[in-house]
Amino acid sequence: MTVETFEVLEPGMFTTIQNLGRHGYQQYGIPVSGAMDTYALRVANILLGNEEGEACLEITLIGPQLKVLEDTVIAITGADLGPQLDKEPLPMWETVPVRRGSIISFKGLKSGSRAYLAVAGGIDVPEVLGSKSTYVKAQLGGIDGRPLRKGSRLRTGPVKSAEGLAGRKAPPGSIPRYNEEHELRVVLGPQDDYFTQEGIHTFLNSQYVVSIQADRMGYRLEGLRIAHKAGADIISDGIPLGAVQVPGDGLPIILMADRQTTGGYTKIATVITADIHKVAQAKPGDKIRFVRVSEGEAYVLFRQYEESIQNLRTQMKQPALATAHSAIFKVRVNGRLYEVEVEGID
Amino acid sequence: MYEKTRVLLAGDKAVLIEFGNSISPEINRKVHNMCIAIKQARISGITEVVPTYRSALVYYDPMKMSPDELKAKLFDLERELGTAKFPRPKVVEIPTVYGGEYGPDLEFVAQHNKLDPEEVIRIHTSTDYLVYMLGFTPGFPYLGGMSPKIATPRLETPRTKIPAGSVGIAGNQTGIYSIDSPGGWRLIGRTPLKLFDPTKDPPVAIEAGNLLRFVKIDEKEFLEIRRAVEASNYRVKTFEAG
Repeated sequence: MTVETFEVLEPGMFTTIQNLGRHGYQQYGIPVSGAMDTYALRVANILLGNEEGEACLEITLIGPQLKVLEDTVIAITGADLGPQLDKEPLPMWETVPVRRGSIISFKGLKSGSRAYLAVAGGIDVPEVLGSKSTYVKAQLGGIDGRPLRKGSRLRTGPVKSAEGLAGRKAPPGSIPRYNEEHELRVVLGPQDDYFTQEGIHTFLNSQYVVSIQADRMGYRLEGLRIAHKAGADIISDGIPLGAVQVPGDGLPIILMADRQTTGGYTKIATVITADIHKVAQAKPGDKIRFVRVSEGEAYVLFRQYEESIQNLRTQMKQPALATAHSAIFKVRVNGRLYEVEVEGID
Repeated sequence: MYEKTRVLLAGDKAVLIEFGNSISPEINRKVHNMCIAIKQARISGITEVVPTYRSALVYYDPMKMSPDELKAKLFDLERELGTAKFPRPKVVEIPTVYGGEYGPDLEFVAQHNKLDPEEVIRIHTSTDYLVYMLGFTPGFPYLGGMSPKIATPRLETPRTKIPAGSVGIAGNQTGIYSIDSPGGWRLIGRTPLKLFDPTKDPPVAIEAGNLLRFVKIDEKEFLEIRRAVEASNYRVKTFEAG
């Protein structure tokens, strides 16, 4: 049984329903789409005891206003857009019970650019080609393939067990800090051999700035031009998530969730999975540096990243007792402020 | 075709297997045979394969296999390509009504090539076109094999909305718009088939590696087929390549 849980009073700037994407259809020219910051989406679902890939709201820069129609539990992760519950600050990266009649709103951007609102049971929309993710360009998934509109009503799925959901918090170490400078680790290729040595050097040793052309499809960067040996065109091939494409003007574009499945420009490198969320949370004006890692290092980093998420899931499966008794203290040592979590053990 | 197939890094969960650096039916056939071989081998760590002109992007799960294990498996499969048996490509018939409101640029294409419109249609329907890959928009086929006799430059100012199913020419390529979209191709006709239908699985009428054969129909047939397609009552005509 699904129930109507939210009414959209204001849709926000660009709020879409997303999960982990539409996989297996790129061979037909259908982009993956899905959450830009899959880390934040997965953590929000884990907090609520949902499947990791449940559908959430992806909220971009300016948040929506939602009226709660049924009592439930939510979790908001990702960018800090100033979430509020009935005008009071709503804590992020933890479960929050919300009551029928309450209003969820967002006061304004503090850090990052995309927040994820997950709800116990997940947002219920029909799957299109195996996914609930919205791909606006071809009007697939979500609600009629478009962003939320004023008056949209959101249904949510059945909740397995609401017990023990209260008071679940992501440990401080698992919460990313979004600043304005991002270091992105990349593996070179597939077309790094199309660039001069000087071009590769420019790419790895200069600072790039996120331009205003930054959306779910890709992030155009500004900065020093990267030199090709002889032209930027290749015979079109497949584009992986995080590919850094360098067209003829020499300026890199990081390709993201809504990227086209194929393209005909050289790709100098690919951002590693563990750093994709940094791109998803970057804003125009933010600074980016690329750091090269080897194939072997990238493999180890991928496994560490996945294992950290699995560990979080294991922790959350344990009774909420331990976290319910924990408290966070701010401690100043040698002039630096640290956050320390203390857990009570019964 | 490369003497030695290349495997290139494409991040931490995909590799690109590349067979050559040109657009040719032979290289493309190898790409599609490789995709079939990967599918048949049912390798549990491989999550998705995207075939293109001369390479395939192979996505995998590094929690299930290391990049070295993946590469070794791909090279094993590649070595067996020469001896393995693969099905002949499928020919797919694309019923198309030419000219008039369905193909407003047919006259222009004819004039540009000093032909009459019937000759353009005859030339366009007399070859089978290889679907090198799908991309650009969902279900859009990149076709090879058009006669240079009907090549025509694109419109200088693209149209803002071209209906799905429109058959066009751009330079020496022909193609079919798979969804309503803007575009600058010279439109010579339209097919009533739905190239992309998200309610079906697979959601596309044609797949990479197929051969397309345009078959001339009249407006009455167009409307009949369209009705059948809408009612999910139409069976796309296909047969094995001779």
